Amino acid sequence: MEDYLSLLVEYDVLGAFWVNIQLTLWAGVWALLLGTVLALMRISPIASLQWLGAAYVNIFRNTPLTIILAFGFLGLFGQLGFTLAEDLNVSLFRIAILGLAIYHAAFVCEAIRSGVNTVPLGQAEAARAIGLSFMPAARLIILPQAFRGAIAPLGNVLIALIKNSTVAAAGSVAIETSTVMKEMIEFRSDVIYPIFFTFALGFVILVIPIGLLTTWASKKLAVAR
Amino acid sequence: MRKTRYGALAMAAAAALTLSACGGGGEPESGGEGTGEAAADSVRIGIKFDQPGLGFDEGGEYTGFDVDVAKYVAGELGYSEDQIEWVEAPSANRENMLANEQVDMIFATYSITDTRKETVDFAGPYFIAGQDLLVPADSDISGPEDLEGKNLCSVTGSTSATKIKEEYPGVNLVEQPGYAECVSVMASGAIDAVTTDDIILAGLAANAESGDFKVVGNTFSEERYGVGLTKGSELCSDINAAIEKMIEEGAWEEALANNLEGVDYEPNSELNPPTPDDCV
Repeated sequence: MEDYLSLLVEYDVLGAFWVNIQLTLWAGVWALLLGTVLALMRISPIASLQWLGAAYVNIFRNTPLTIILAFGFLGLFGQLGFTLAEDLNVSLFRIAILGLAIYHAAFVCEAIRSGVNTVPLGQAEAARAIGLSFMPAARLIILPQAFRGAIAPLGNVLIALIKNSTVAAAGSVAIETSTVMKEMIEFRSDVIYPIFFTFALGFVILVIPIGLLTTWASKKLAVAR
Repeated sequence: MRKTRYGALAMAAAAALTLSACGGGGEPESGGEGTGEAAADSVRIGIKFDQPGLGFDEGGEYTGFDVDVAKYVAGELGYSEDQIEWVEAPSANRENMLANEQVDMIFATYSITDTRKETVDFAGPYFIAGQDLLVPADSDISGPEDLEGKNLCSVTGSTSATKIKEEYPGVNLVEQPGYAECVSVMASGAIDAVTTDDIILAGLAANAESGDFKVVGNTFSEERYGVGLTKGSELCSDINAAIEKMIEEGAWEEALANNLEGVDYEPNSELNPPTPDDCV
């Protein structure tokens, strides 16, 4: 027990989780923006945009996240010398966020599209009947209702994103949880099980409130029909 | 129509059940025999599968300095080469593999440290390495002091990476899952140096597919590679005797030379070849 407690002093476990939370928040914001645009493309009346949106979703949803993030490091940074900041670690952190956002945008798009399906067709027809074209109809009528219907699936994407943020280790984000865990195990494999449980518990503590919150919000905000 | 379809489904299900019943019955028997034999007259040795020059899996053929030392020691203990069962021992799993008796010995760039001695026993050391730098052949980096502001790559969570973080905070450290990634990124110029133990770097340089690299040769730590053994193992003194004999006969030097052919690398001659420690 003492061994284990000294370990928590020696290694910055909370700091590691904070890195994952930051990765999640930034990637979540970008994925939400990109995913909304993709969802708009998929429900738009323009066939080429529909095709583009579907192609994006099918490509990135079916590519393993590790490959996307490893490509960010080995391909973008390693071979092409692509950077997003002066400082190397900041740059790698941003490239990891980019990779996470690109991947999860595909899931956000599908979550929002499922929300769009909860909006009755009559709403869209009524919007067109009062003279709104596609964009104003989407912005004023469809998307507000769609988001309220998509809270639960968006929450699922967020939960997946939190856990997937550990894959950022493949993109060389150095101080996130899976890296710190690996380091702790390398030096202190005598307490390997407590180390595992610490990190598992950390993620449970992060994920459970999000699950509860989205369930509550999806009920509270659901459009009564 | 519908009826025949269900009929076919039922047939398929029944057939699958019969097949699985056969499989279930057959396996434990053959499996049981296999492990019984293995335990009796073979030795399970843990090595790295991914470190060229030390322990490397070349499509079922195992090569490297660790492998050669392991073969020699196993030979001295009375096992021929085909009685050796090679098992992959990744760094983070080594203590557990010994504690759970999944392997009998580990030769996997396994540094002897006091923390590790609490859970496992060590024979040896059979080699003394030191942390060093691998740089492009035309680089002017000559030691860790020159790394300020440079990009350095090492393996995630490794001892070498931690040492750099603690002692040289001005270095931009990049951590990757394996050294192969580090070397390939260095070949393209995005990374200035790769760090880990000198002998591992020499093995990487000898096997790099692209780029021309050199080991700096200015070590800044001492890693004593030992043979990992289960706590309380009785093999320790026999293994030490085998290592001493290997060094005396010149087989040790030969193994080193064979595995690191073509690299400009000399192991630290003040410390090598080492004398094994006394057994506990």
